[in-house]
Amino acid sequence: MGTLPFIFPFAELEVGQHLYWQVGSLRLHGQVFMTSWIVIGALLTLVVVGTRKMDRDPRGVQNLLEFLWDYIRDLARTQIGEKAYRDWMPFIGTLFLFIFVSNWGGALVPWRLIKLPSGELGAPTADINTTVALALLVSLSYFYAGLSRKGLRYFEYYVHPTPIMLPFKIVEDFTKPLSLSFRLFGNILADELVVAVLVFLVPLVLPIPVMFLGLFTSAIQALIFATLAAYYIGEAVEEHH
Amino acid sequence: MTSLTLLGATEGGLFDFDATLPLMAVQVVLLTFILNSLFFRPVGRVVEEREGYVTTTRAEAKKKLAQVEKLEGELRDQLKGARQAAQKLINDAEQDSDRLYREALALATAEANASREAARREIDSQRESALNQLKIDSEKLGDLIVQRLLAAQ
Repeated sequence: MGTLPFIFPFAELEVGQHLYWQVGSLRLHGQVFMTSWIVIGALLTLVVVGTRKMDRDPRGVQNLLEFLWDYIRDLARTQIGEKAYRDWMPFIGTLFLFIFVSNWGGALVPWRLIKLPSGELGAPTADINTTVALALLVSLSYFYAGLSRKGLRYFEYYVHPTPIMLPFKIVEDFTKPLSLSFRLFGNILADELVVAVLVFLVPLVLPIPVMFLGLFTSAIQALIFATLAAYYIGEAVEEHH
Repeated sequence: MTSLTLLGATEGGLFDFDATLPLMAVQVVLLTFILNSLFFRPVGRVVEEREGYVTTTRAEAKKKLAQVEKLEGELRDQLKGARQAAQKLINDAEQDSDRLYREALALATAEANASREAARREIDSQRESALNQLKIDSEKLGDLIVQRLLAAQ
């Protein structure tokens, strides 16, 4: 896919173009790393500012952090269960925060003002590499969670109600990361494209509701990803009787 | 790194997998550990400390409330006892005074009766003696009249 010819400075539409960085024999998508570092930097700044002076009576940013912590704990606890949620809460929370800040950063920050030699800045989650990386991490975590908690008894899960389930459960191990990564990637990329196309067609007013819809979708996608990750881990550590 | 391109040319495309994937995974794992030590653990500690504080304070308050209720009950019992004692005292005093009044009244009535009786008796005796005297006098007079009349004839 090439660059479509555009007259508006903000409405340039580039799909599938990347800023390549060559590190040794490795090739990287530079724009993804740049925005992901900004996202990580924003997260770390917020966290460091909020936890610098914590009190029993919360003040300022501590309130926000405690709200986030509570939200993530409830999410992890309802999906994973009372026994194991503590071990997985940081992972679920990091997924949620990273995806959420990435999505909103991609939607809210006017990245197009920064010119790159190739490709364009945007949400890191609009790159398939990022979402597949996150989804594979989720797969690894639920395997690790199940195996570390139940040992080889984890594989009872595959024949749990009846051995007929075995092929379906094996297929599930592949469809889970696939659906996780493509859902997130597709939603975020589609949102960026819809906004870009609308801005190209009608540069005034009309894109604004779609942008709000995009913010909504972005938040929902972060929540869905984190909830499903927690659900998969919960499924793996659950005891069948 | 082999690039797996499903769309577009050999270079670029939507599904352009390369070393971004593993490095991003490593980055996210690192972020998980950093956030765990900078965010989840400290905030969790503060929140759980507060929850503990609230729980213990509540328990203490509940204990104190129970104590207060117990004391209140005791005091109420004491108050009830004191009220009953006071009521009994009042009743006793009322009965006493009533009895004293009755006694005094009975005594006074008896005395009055006695003195009335005595007075009546005295009156009776005086009347009797007066009547006797009158009788004697009248007899004397009658005798005298009879004598005078007899003498005049």
